[in-house]
Amino acid sequence: MGLAYKFDWGVLWRQPYGVWLLKGIWLTIQLGLLGWIIAFALGIFIGTIRISPWRWLRFLGTAYVEVFRNVPFLVQLFFWYFAGPMLFGHSLQFRINAIIGLNYYVAIVALGLYTASRVAEHVRAGFGSIARDQYQAALSTGLTEVQMYRYVIIPYALRIIIPPLTTEFLTIFKNSSVAMTIGVAETTFMSYKIDSETFHGLEATTGAMVIYLILGLAVVKLMGILESRFRIAGLVGRK
Amino acid sequence: MRMFDAVAKNISFLLGGYWITIKLTMFALAGGISLGILVGLGRISKKKWVYYPVTFYVNLIRNIPLILVIFWFYFVMPIIVGRPLDPFPSAVISFIIFEATYFGEILRAGFQSVSKGQIDAGYSTGLNYIQTTRYILIPIAVRRMLPSMITQSIVTYQDTCLAFVIGLHEFVRRTTIVDNFEVRSIQLFGFVAILFLITCYISSVVSRRFEVKRERGY
Repeated sequence: MGLAYKFDWGVLWRQPYGVWLLKGIWLTIQLGLLGWIIAFALGIFIGTIRISPWRWLRFLGTAYVEVFRNVPFLVQLFFWYFAGPMLFGHSLQFRINAIIGLNYYVAIVALGLYTASRVAEHVRAGFGSIARDQYQAALSTGLTEVQMYRYVIIPYALRIIIPPLTTEFLTIFKNSSVAMTIGVAETTFMSYKIDSETFHGLEATTGAMVIYLILGLAVVKLMGILESRFRIAGLVGRK
Repeated sequence: MRMFDAVAKNISFLLGGYWITIKLTMFALAGGISLGILVGLGRISKKKWVYYPVTFYVNLIRNIPLILVIFWFYFVMPIIVGRPLDPFPSAVISFIIFEATYFGEILRAGFQSVSKGQIDAGYSTGLNYIQTTRYILIPIAVRRMLPSMITQSIVTYQDTCLAFVIGLHEFVRRTTIVDNFEVRSIQLFGFVAILFLITCYISSVVSRRFEVKRERGY
C-alpha cells in the first residue's frame, strides 16, 4: 500500500505540461519584476516621508507601513481583487471587472503595495545609518532639503541597504506564488494544474521547488553584481 | 448596523473559521519552535554530519514559497500514510517544517550572540557544561532573541491563512464562502483585514517593549 506510488518525472517536460511550466516561470518573473518596480519606487517614497520634518506626513508613512505589514498578503490580495472594483462605485465596478487579465494586474499592484511597506522600513533604517554630518554637509553646500535627499542621502542610503533589499527581492518572487489563489497562472499554479490533470502533483511541485531555487540563485547573483558595481569607494565593508 | 450587516449575519461561521486559524497557529508555533530548537542547535553543531544536513534543510526551505511547501506535503503525505490526509494535519505538518527553519535561524543567531568570554567565565566559576548552558547561555540568548521570536510568531499567524489553498476551512476560506452568496466583499474582507491588523499590531507593540527592556538590561 504505502509506497505503491509510481513516480513519473516525465510530467515536468512531457507536452503540454513542460510548456505550462515554462509559461508559469515567465509569469512568475513578470510578477516579481513589475511588482518590484512599484515596491521600490513607493518604498523609497514612504521611507523618506517617514523621516520628513512634517508630522502628518510621518504619520501617513507610519500608518501605511503598519497597515500593510500587519495584514496577511493573501487577505490584501483578496481585498484588492474582490473588493477593489467595488470601491469605484456601481457603474465603474462592472467595467473594471470586465478587464481581461484583471487578476494579473491586481496581483502585480498588490505585490508592489505590500512589498513597498517592507522596502520602506529598510530605507528608513538606511537613512538612520547615515551620519548627521552628511546631512549638514549637504545643506551647507547650498542644496535644498529636496535636493539633499535626491542627490546625497538617497543614493547613499540605497547602496547601504542593498543586502536587505536582496532579501526583499527574493521574497517578492516567493510571495508571487500567492497570486495563484486569484487564478494567475504562475509557476505554483501550473504545478497544481499538472496535478489535477495527471495526479502527479508530487513531481510537479518538486520541479517547481527547483525552479524557485534556481530563480533565487539568479537573483542573489544579480544583486551581488549590483552591489559590487555601486560600491562606495573607500567604504569599509564586504568585497 | 448596515456597514457590517453581512459580517454580523454570518459572525458565528466566520469566527468558527478564526478559531481554526488560531488552533493552526498554536500547533504551528508549538511544533515550529520545538523543531526550531533542534535546528538551531544543529546549525551551531561542530559535528559535520549534523551541521551539513541541517544547513541544507534550512537553506532549501527558506528559498521556496510557503504555498509550495503546503502543496508538497499535501501530495506527499498520502504516499507515506497510504490514505488521503485531512487538510488540517497536513497543514500543521507543513507549517512545522517551514517555520522551524525560521525559528532555528533566530535561535542560532541568539546562541551565537552570547560571547565566548561569558561562557568561559561560567566555566571558570566551576560550572559544568549543562549548568553553563542552563544558567548562562539560555537566559542571555533567550532575552536577546525574544523580539525576533515574537515577530516570527506574528508572521506565522499571518502565514496560516495560506492553508486556504488545500481547502482548509479557516478564516479566509470561510470569508470567501460567505462572500460567494452575500457579495459584500468590502466589508467581509475589510473585517478580516481589520481583525488581523489589530491583533498583529498589538503583538508588535508588545515585541517592541521587549526590545526596549533588553536595551536597558544587558
